[in-house]
Amino acid sequence: MLISVHGMKKDEEHGGSNPYQCSDKTSVLQEARVFNETPVNVKRSTHVLTKILYLLNQGETLGTKEATDVFFAMTKLFQSNDIILRRLVYLGIKELCSVAEDTIIVTSSLTKDMTGREDQYRASAIRALCRITDASMLQAVERYMKQAMVDRTSGVSSAALVSCRHIAQHSPDVVKRWVAEVQEAVHSDNVMVQYHGLGMLYQIRKSDKLAVTKMVSKLISSGMRSPYAICLLIRIVAKLIAEEESSAGERSHLMEFLESMLRHKSEMVVYEAANAVVALSAATTTTTTTTTSRDLVTAISVLQLFLSSPKPTLRFAAVRTLGKVAMTQPAAVTACNLDLENLLQDVNRSIATLAITTLLKTGSEGSIDRLMRSIAAFLNDISDEFKIVVVEALRSLALQYPRKQALLMGQLADMLRNEGGLAYKEAIASTIITIIEDNPDAKEKGLDHLCEFIEDCEHTTLAVRILHLLGKEGPRTSRPARYIRFIYNRVILENAAVRAAAVSVLARFGAQCPDLLPNILVLLQRCMLDTEDEVRDRSTYYHAVLSTRDPAIIARCILNPPMYSLSSLERALLSYLSSDTTKAFDASCVPAAPPPAASASLSSAASSITAAISGPEDVTSAVPALQQEKRSVSMHDKYAERLAAIPAFAGLGPLFKSSAPVELTESETEYVVRCVKHTFLGHIILQFDCTNTLNDQLLEDVSVVVEEDGSNWQILQTLPCASLPYSCPGTCYVLLAIPEDIMSTTGTFTACLKFQVRDCDPITGEPETEDGYGDDYTLEDIEISVSDHVSAAQRSNFAAAWEELGPGSELEDTFALTSLSSLAEAVTQVTNFLGMQPCDRSEKVPDGKNSHTLYLAGTYRGGQSVLVRAKLALSDGVAMQLTVRSTDPAVSEVIASAVG
Amino acid sequence: MSGLFEPTLYMVKGMAILDSDGNRLLTKYYDPTIFPSVKEEKKFEKQLFNRANAEITMINRLTCVYRSNVDLYFYVIGSSQENELILQSVLNCLYESVSTILRKNVEKRTLLDNLDIIMLAFDEICDGGIPLETDPQVVAQRVSLRVEESPFNDQTVTQVLQSAREQLKWSLLK
Repeated sequence: MLISVHGMKKDEEHGGSNPYQCSDKTSVLQEARVFNETPVNVKRSTHVLTKILYLLNQGETLGTKEATDVFFAMTKLFQSNDIILRRLVYLGIKELCSVAEDTIIVTSSLTKDMTGREDQYRASAIRALCRITDASMLQAVERYMKQAMVDRTSGVSSAALVSCRHIAQHSPDVVKRWVAEVQEAVHSDNVMVQYHGLGMLYQIRKSDKLAVTKMVSKLISSGMRSPYAICLLIRIVAKLIAEEESSAGERSHLMEFLESMLRHKSEMVVYEAANAVVALSAATTTTTTTTTSRDLVTAISVLQLFLSSPKPTLRFAAVRTLGKVAMTQPAAVTACNLDLENLLQDVNRSIATLAITTLLKTGSEGSIDRLMRSIAAFLNDISDEFKIVVVEALRSLALQYPRKQALLMGQLADMLRNEGGLAYKEAIASTIITIIEDNPDAKEKGLDHLCEFIEDCEHTTLAVRILHLLGKEGPRTSRPARYIRFIYNRVILENAAVRAAAVSVLARFGAQCPDLLPNILVLLQRCMLDTEDEVRDRSTYYHAVLSTRDPAIIARCILNPPMYSLSSLERALLSYLSSDTTKAFDASCVPAAPPPAASASLSSAASSITAAISGPEDVTSAVPALQQEKRSVSMHDKYAERLAAIPAFAGLGPLFKSSAPVELTESETEYVVRCVKHTFLGHIILQFDCTNTLNDQLLEDVSVVVEEDGSNWQILQTLPCASLPYSCPGTCYVLLAIPEDIMSTTGTFTACLKFQVRDCDPITGEPETEDGYGDDYTLEDIEISVSDHVSAAQRSNFAAAWEELGPGSELEDTFALTSLSSLAEAVTQVTNFLGMQPCDRSEKVPDGKNSHTLYLAGTYRGGQSVLVRAKLALSDGVAMQLTVRSTDPAVSEVIASAVG
Repeated sequence: MSGLFEPTLYMVKGMAILDSDGNRLLTKYYDPTIFPSVKEEKKFEKQLFNRANAEITMINRLTCVYRSNVDLYFYVIGSSQENELILQSVLNCLYESVSTILRKNVEKRTLLDNLDIIMLAFDEICDGGIPLETDPQVVAQRVSLRVEESPFNDQTVTQVLQSAREQLKWSLLK
C-alpha cells in the first residue's frame, strides 16, 4: 500500500509516468545527431541511444537508410570509454544489424574490445560480433573465439559458447573445428558454462550416434554439477533410448541414469527425469518396452509428491505431465486421483483445469457421476478456452464408457444451455455429434438435445451445422416426423442463412420419407414466398424436383448432388469458355471435392491446450488433420497450375488426379527422389522431385529413365532438369500414354536417375571442373495401380446412389484375403487399394463383430462413377464378397479384377 | 516421432515486462515463428496481461510464468512442453536482477529511470532464446557499471527513508 501511494505521488511530481512514451521516431532520429559530437557527450548520447532502443522494442521499424544512418552515427560512440554507453552500443548493433547495411565496418572495433583487457566489454563484444559476422569472416576471429571459450571468466566463456551455438545455425561446419575447446568447457566448474558447453557439444555431435553415445556415457560416469546441464543431458539420454538403436545393455545403463536422477537434489532435474521416463513409456508402449513399469511407478510417485507442493509451478508441471501419461496409460495415474481431486480447488485455475481433464481420463466408470457434479460447479469460473478442454475430455470419456453416455449427454446439454461463446458451444455440439455417430442408441436422444438447442441458438454457423446433421440423420430415425416442427420453426424465426439451410433439410426429409412428402411439399410451397432470394430459389427448386416423384431424379438432385471441387470447377469453366463453346460443357472430368478430414471438427482453440497436454507428437498429428482438407484441394490446384505452365503438357486436358508423393530412394542417401503420378484422361505424367544431398557435387542434365516390363505403355516424352545444385530441389518429368485397352492400364516401371556430375567446392558451391562425367543411380520401381485411375468421391446417401446405378453393370466376385487378420485392417487395405471414399461411415468397424459391409464411392478417370459394396466376414483370414456397379461395364470389370 | 523434447539450448521463447495497463515496457521474443509481426506480439501481451493472474498459465500453446510487483508485471514464456521449473528460474533471475538493480524499488518509475541498465540486464539473462545466466547476483554485478555512485549519493532524505522502510518490509515478509 505504502509503495503504491508513494508511486502515485511520484508520478504526479514528474507529471507523466513514462519519459519515453511521447518520443516519436523522427525526432529521436534527429536527436541521434548528438552522437557525432566530439568529444562524445556521454550523458546525452546514453539517453538518446536508450530512447532508440526503447522505440525499436516498442515495435517501431526503421527503413534501411534510417537504420544505416543510425548505425554509422553509433559507431562514433566507440570513441568514448564510458562502459554503459559502450554496452548500449553493442545492444544497438545487435538490434540494427539485420536492417542496416555495411555493418561489417564495426568488426575491428568489436574485435579490439573482445580481445582487450576490460572484462566488462569482452563478453558482450563477442556476442555482438558474432551477430554481424558470416562464415568467411569468422575465420579471422577463430583464434580469439577458441581462446574465449576456455576463458577463466565464466561470462566470457558462456558468451563465446552461446554465440558459437547461434553461428552453428547457419554455418555448422566452422564450429566443428572448435570441438576441443567446447569439450573443455563441458568440464567447467561454472553452472552456466557447463550447460552451454554441453548444448554446443551435442550440437556438433548429434548427427553421429556413436559419438553421442560415447559422450553421454562419459558424462554419466563423471557426473555434472549444473542442474541445467543435467536437464539437457536427460533429454539427450531420453532421445538415445527412444531411438532404440543402442544395445539392450546400453539402454538399461541409460535408464539407470534416468532413474538415479529421480532422486537428485534439484527439483528441476527430478522433474525433467520424471518427464523423460513418462514420455519414454508413452513412446515405447507400442514397440519394445524399454521403460519398465517400475520406473514409471517411481516417476509417477515423484510427480505425485509435487502435486501437493506449495509452489504453483511445480504443481502445474506435475499435473501437466500426469495428464500426458493419462492419455496413454490412464491406469498408471489412478494412484494420484485423490491428490488430483484436491487440486480441483486450486486457486490457480489452469492447474485445476489440467487436474480435471486428467481425472476425466483416469477416473473409473464409477467415479464419473461424482466428477460430473464437481464439473458443474467448476465450469462457472473458468474461461471458455479451458471449458473447451473439459468438453474435449468429456468427449473421450463418452467414447470410452458407452454406458455413461446418457449421463454425459445430459451434462453436455446443460452446458449447451448455459452461457458461452461460439467456440465453446461448437465444441459441445460437435461432441454430441460424435456421440451420436459413435452410438446409434444415443442418436435420438442427442438429436433431441440439439433440436432443443437450435430453438434458441444465436450462432448462425452452428445452427446451420446442426440442421445439416438433422437432414442426414433425421430421416433414418424411427419417427422422422417429429423433427419437421423444429426445422420449420427455423424457417419462420431465423435469419436468411438458417432459413435456406432449413429448406434444404426439409427437402431431404421429403426425399427419404415418402409418407411425409405431401406435407413437405406444402411447407416448401410456403417457403416460396420468402423475402430472401436464396430461400425462394431453393424451395422452388426442391419443390419442382420432389413433385416429379421420380426416385432417380430425387436421388441425383437432393440426396447425392455432385460435389465438385470449386476451384477446379472454376478452372475447367474458364478453359471451356476460352475454347470451343458449341459443345456442351463436360462436367465429368472436374474432380470431386475431397471428403472432409474425419477428425477436423476439433476446434482450434481446444486443440491448443489438448495438444499442449498431450505432447508434441499430437501437435503434429492434430494440425495436419486440420489442414489436410485445405491442403489436398490446394495441392491439386498447385499441381494443375504447375503442369499447365509447361508447354509440353498443353493439350492433355484437365488434371484428373495426383497421387501422394512416393519415395523412390531410402532417406539419407546421396540423392533423394520422390515421385508424384498425375493422371489425365489419356495420359499419366510422372513428376520426379529430386534433391541432391552431396555438397561437393553439382548435377546437370538430370533425367529419370523409366522402362516397363510389358510393352503396353508408351513413353511419349522425357523432360530433364537442367541443373541440380546441392540441397536445391529440382523436378523432371516423364509423360506416358495410357494404353487403349482398359484392362492393361496398370503396370510396373523400373526407374533410373541419369545425370552429369561436376565436382564443386562444398562451401561456395562453385563448380571446380569444366566438364562433368555421366553417372546413374538406380531408383525403386514405380507402380501404376488401379487407384491411380480412380479418385475418391462423396456420396452422402450410398443406398440411393446404389439404386440409381442399377444392376445393369453389376459384377460380383468373392475373395479370400488370407494375409489379413482383422476387419479393420481389411477395410483400410481395400479402401487404399481402390483409392475410393468410404460412405455412410462404413470405414468404422464396430467392436466385436464378425462381419461388416464397406461402401465405397469413386470416380473413374473418364468421369464414370463407380460404387463398391464389400461384404467382409472374419473367418480364416478375411473373406470378401465384392460387388461393383458403375456407369460403364468396362470400368466395373477393371475394378473387380483389380482385387485379387 | 516420440513425445520427447529435442535436446536444445533454446529454451526461452520470450521475456516481457509490462506496466499496470498491460503496455509493453520491455519485451523480447526469441522465436520468430510464433508471432509473425508486432501486432500479434502485442495482442498476445494483452492476453497475457488479462489472463495471467496466477503464477503460471498456458496461452496459445505457450507456458507463461509470471510475477508482479506494484505496477510492474514480469513474464517468461516458453514452449508448452518446456520444463516449467527452468522457465521459473529464468523468471526469478529476471525479477531478482531488476530488483537488485533498482535497489528493491521494483516499480515503473524507477525502472524507466534506469531503463538503460535494465536493457543490459535483459540482454545478459537471455541471448537469442538461450538462458545466458540464471544467477541474479551475477547478472546485477555484470551490469552494475555505475561504480562511482554510492547507494545514497543523490537520493533525498525521503527516498532514503523509503528504501529503508522497504528493506524492513522485505525482511519482515521473508
